[in-house]
Amino acid sequence: MERPSLTVNGRLRRVDPAGVHTTALQWLRSDGLTGVKEGCAEGECGACAVMVATPDGDGGTAWTSMNACLIPIAALDGQEIVTAEGVGTSERLHPVQEEMAERGGSQCGYCTPGFVCSMAAEFYRPDRQSDAMGRPCNEHGPNGFDLESLSGNLCRCTGYRPIRDAAYALGAPDAGDVLARRMNDPAPGPVGTDLKKSDGRFVRPAGLENALTLLADNPGALPVAGCTDWGVDVNIRGRRESLVVAIDRLPELCAIDESDTHVDIGAAVPLTQIEQWAHGRVRLLSQLVPQFASRLIRNRATLGGNLGTGSPIGDTPPALLALGASVVLASRDGERVVPLGDYFTGYRQTVRADGELIRAVRIPLPCAPMTAFHKVAKRRFDDISSVAIGFALDIDDGQITAARIGLGGVAATPIRAVHTEQELVGRPWNSDTARDAAAALGREGTPMSDHRASSEYRSIMLSQAMLKFFAESGSAPTTIGVTP
Amino acid sequence: MSALSERPDGAVVGTREPHESADLHVTGRALYTDDIAMARKDALTAWPVQAPHAHAAVTAIRTEAALAVSGVAYVLTASDVPGVNDSGVSGDEPLFPGEVRYYGQAVCWVLGETAESARLGAAAVEVDYDPLPSIMTLPEAIAAGSFQGAHRVTRRGDADEALASAAHVFEGLTEMSGQEHFYLETQASLAYVDEGGQMYVQAGTQHPTETQEIVAHVLGLPSNAVTVQNVRMGGGFGGKEWQPHGLAAVAALGSMCTGRPVRLSLNRNQDLTMTGKRHGFHVPWTAGFDGDGHIVALKAELTADGGWSLDLSEPVLARALCHLDNAYWIPNVEASGRVAKTNKTSQTAFRGFGGPQGVFVIEDILGRCAAPLGFDPAELRRRNFYRPGQTTPYGQPVRHAARMHDIWSQLLADSGFDRRSAEIEAFNAGSPHTKRALAVTPIKFGISFNVAAFNQAGALVLVYKDGSVLINHGGTEMGQGLHTKMIQVAATALGVERSRVRLVPTRTDKVPNTSATAASTGADLNGGAVKNACEQIRERLAGVAGGMLGANPSDVRFSGGTVMALGVHDKELKFDDVVNAAYNQRVQLSASGYYRTEGLHWDAESWHGSPFKYFAYGAAASEVEVDGFTGAYRTRRVDIVHDVGDSLSPLIDIGQVEGGFVQGAGWLTLEDLRWDTSDGNGRGRLLTQSASTYKLPSFSEMPGEFNVTLFERAHEDGVVYGSKAVGEPPLMLAFSVREALRQAVAAFGPAGRETELAHPTTPEAVFWALHEARGAADPAETEASNVGDEILAGG
Repeated sequence: MERPSLTVNGRLRRVDPAGVHTTALQWLRSDGLTGVKEGCAEGECGACAVMVATPDGDGGTAWTSMNACLIPIAALDGQEIVTAEGVGTSERLHPVQEEMAERGGSQCGYCTPGFVCSMAAEFYRPDRQSDAMGRPCNEHGPNGFDLESLSGNLCRCTGYRPIRDAAYALGAPDAGDVLARRMNDPAPGPVGTDLKKSDGRFVRPAGLENALTLLADNPGALPVAGCTDWGVDVNIRGRRESLVVAIDRLPELCAIDESDTHVDIGAAVPLTQIEQWAHGRVRLLSQLVPQFASRLIRNRATLGGNLGTGSPIGDTPPALLALGASVVLASRDGERVVPLGDYFTGYRQTVRADGELIRAVRIPLPCAPMTAFHKVAKRRFDDISSVAIGFALDIDDGQITAARIGLGGVAATPIRAVHTEQELVGRPWNSDTARDAAAALGREGTPMSDHRASSEYRSIMLSQAMLKFFAESGSAPTTIGVTP
Repeated sequence: MSALSERPDGAVVGTREPHESADLHVTGRALYTDDIAMARKDALTAWPVQAPHAHAAVTAIRTEAALAVSGVAYVLTASDVPGVNDSGVSGDEPLFPGEVRYYGQAVCWVLGETAESARLGAAAVEVDYDPLPSIMTLPEAIAAGSFQGAHRVTRRGDADEALASAAHVFEGLTEMSGQEHFYLETQASLAYVDEGGQMYVQAGTQHPTETQEIVAHVLGLPSNAVTVQNVRMGGGFGGKEWQPHGLAAVAALGSMCTGRPVRLSLNRNQDLTMTGKRHGFHVPWTAGFDGDGHIVALKAELTADGGWSLDLSEPVLARALCHLDNAYWIPNVEASGRVAKTNKTSQTAFRGFGGPQGVFVIEDILGRCAAPLGFDPAELRRRNFYRPGQTTPYGQPVRHAARMHDIWSQLLADSGFDRRSAEIEAFNAGSPHTKRALAVTPIKFGISFNVAAFNQAGALVLVYKDGSVLINHGGTEMGQGLHTKMIQVAATALGVERSRVRLVPTRTDKVPNTSATAASTGADLNGGAVKNACEQIRERLAGVAGGMLGANPSDVRFSGGTVMALGVHDKELKFDDVVNAAYNQRVQLSASGYYRTEGLHWDAESWHGSPFKYFAYGAAASEVEVDGFTGAYRTRRVDIVHDVGDSLSPLIDIGQVEGGFVQGAGWLTLEDLRWDTSDGNGRGRLLTQSASTYKLPSFSEMPGEFNVTLFERAHEDGVVYGSKAVGEPPLMLAFSVREALRQAVAAFGPAGRETELAHPTTPEAVFWALHEARGAADPAETEASNVGDEILAGG
């Protein structure tokens, strides 16, 4: 086949990667763009951040920041990216670069190109300016700049204050801004790719059917979307696949379909897009998603991926369990719908068979009126949870009529807190009930001790989450209509 | 005022300059070691074979299978070393060990055409090990008597007698963990043999001279056959003071053996598992106070976790012992220090270099004792500050002791300390689940290397015929802005515009025998040397200009690129014209500068002397909010007043203060190194060996409001242009965050209680502390807010 090609900083380049496991970061650096840095090779530090032209859903282009260390270069075939070298030059600094330089936003400078790309992506976010009005959040600047956009970038030198000041000083793009003008035109569409190298084969099939056929014919083939988990395995644990099937641009996996009874969220919809959709619709999801990894990760990561890996510490399962979600599994032979509670079978094991793809996650509507998502971690931005808890209660006339509680980090799989749910149902939502439920919740699961937390802390955090849930619901009666 | 510290009118130092490479940083054009290596398409990549044992004899290494891997060019083993098989200067760090002493230690190195082939080759090397018993923790080492290096004691007065008569005596055990540097750029070097047979090494090193020396002794070459260059580093923080040497030697040895350039760039996991970190300490102590809150005696026994080799552990321990007093007068002191030998990475220099561990002990003591003594912690601290005329336990007069009091008063006023303390008390009274606290802590930090010989520096300054200036000095740039300051110093000393001065990378063949860029001394030492070189040239130019202006050379003045003479009003010269005239008159336009710090003396045997040129002072007030349900916390606001003398470069200095503070807060409250201390197969393995498991501060740890003020009218006599060092001291301002957490935790329990905090003070540590505080309260009062605790007790 023809070698993949890629537009980098406005120039079309032929790509001849060493292998299908060659990351965008490795390829860019070997091609002379050494402004893109490796700091961790697992999507934690953001030194490799670049901007990718993605569809904005309205016929134009959004500049979306991503970790180049996690994306195989083959997955960017036909796409368009910008690195710090392409954002601006020393002779003509971009506003982001100028603010960063003048305000002391760089010290050693190693993380800086990544910060520039993350910051520039937020600089170009179309609704940033309108966010400037009335979001009473200390993580938004007066110019609407969302600090969350930098949650996946680490700096070891500055302590961040000058970087924040640079971000908050940004105005709107100039009329002549090339990257802003580029947003008016469509983003590149997916390109059918079939790359064979000595270390394996990378295929981007044309449609869902082709993908399912490929998976059926090649047991052990790995479907990938955002690659935010697989990329870590490739880089850190030397994992290599004989066949990688890219499913992230399949239209059937990229839609959010809402009906009266449920919503189907496509398995390949990036979490950032779910965050935008869920705002004002599904409170539990809009609480969860901002706590999931970092913006850089959420711009690539998907629900399908988070469920596909079957990790017991994924952040979405506790929330999805509380929402009563199901997994829609597609194969060449058709589709089946599996309740999420039946989906996990063991540590990183699920019912998904070879040849099956998660097509969508189905959430029944309407959602329970009283919900919360609690994540306990060492660090507020971009950390893996010690425990995560999703709560959903139906309350009728002060009585709990249904309860669903999803837990992560306390067993080999995400689990439902069934004993606690039983404790709650049929009782009034008051402090006695909360206290008893907290006791029950503290006995759920079999948490272990590791470098993130002790088993004792994990258990008591379950109880504390229940109490906090109650305390916070009591202080905001408008959301539940009950008195503690 | 000394000539060294006197600042002329129109000085370029003191102006707000962005980092000299800022434009290169933001556009991705700044080159780091591995960027330079990427351009060498003919380079081989080196990959380590890491041992899966904490301690084991290496009984056999078989490389045949590795050499059969496609793309593998060579496997480096001990038999390739023509010189000394050691990467240190103490002879205890074999580069290719016959006995591995920590999990992850490199046994040998594979060179491959690509990183992938080198990685696969390393996986194919077969190594036989004979496992040996290991020591992983300080209590284990103490019990086993596993120590290395000298045992030191610092003593003043009679601590036992003072404790016997003290009104209040407290005892405790203070333990603190280490810290990973996590410079964003991992360790990297590129080595090749150039046309003259010289070994050229491009390395991320804070100490190019020592890297040169180690490479030379491993290769069996004289120092003049090895050149080390450093363009810049993506952070160092002490982690590139000692650790790069062996890695550079591997690259150089590989190049010598293959005739090819060799690139060695550790990935993050390798860097975390192979290189040294900040020392953890174990410190039992006894402290006595009089009835007025004055500390009258301190006894402490410091044991530092040195890891598998001595490295810089002895000087780190020395600095810890020299900073046990922090800013406080302690009349009777008896403190001993020793270095434990454990089966971990070789712990090494890290910003503060033992100082933070020493300060930790006294701040922990004051923080714990304030409540039972019945004092507000801020008042207890203030009351114990040094007063003019007093000396440190090791006998150095505390110059400018009054400055600590002035900074303290200014900080309390600027931060609205009293008003906010009252507001916080009111907030806490009405908030059962969330508590706030505001704490203030001081720092007094000694500047200079304890080893007097290291306090010297060199520089090379070239003026070209067109009047442009090129400077080179022995210090390295790791983000701290040293090069920016040196450009400002040169422009000031020559009386030219900043734009006229260019700086070239640090190289051992330009300025020899340099000291590490470390101990915060980079600007003091190299600034002195750059200034000296510039002044030699300026004096010669003054002779030329005197002739041109008809004035005595001593009346000639250089400023902003213009040359004038006192009393000559009708004539001024351009710097370029004077330079050109000097050339034509055959006057030398280049100079080698030199500086040595005056007035230092130190006797390591008697533990007495004046090892520091001066002390840097500062204080910070931090406000935190703690969630009683989880122990999670936020830093709401931080105010700092810090003394950098008369700042050479205010933007740079404020950046150092803020960055040091956040890094210190990371060490104290978040960053959590965990080793496998079990008896299983993984014993000795670093469990937090990636960015996903070792968490450093992110945007969410940045103080919501962050106000840094540089203390004014702070001229420091006898230091370049009246400035002071800034790299390390602000890190220790972060104790204010830990102390605020302690006070917030205490607010969950009854007043007057001693509050112990584990280190690092993570949300879990905070939670257990507040859990204990609540448990100590009257049960009836706390029942409503505290049901979870009872549940735990019952469940």
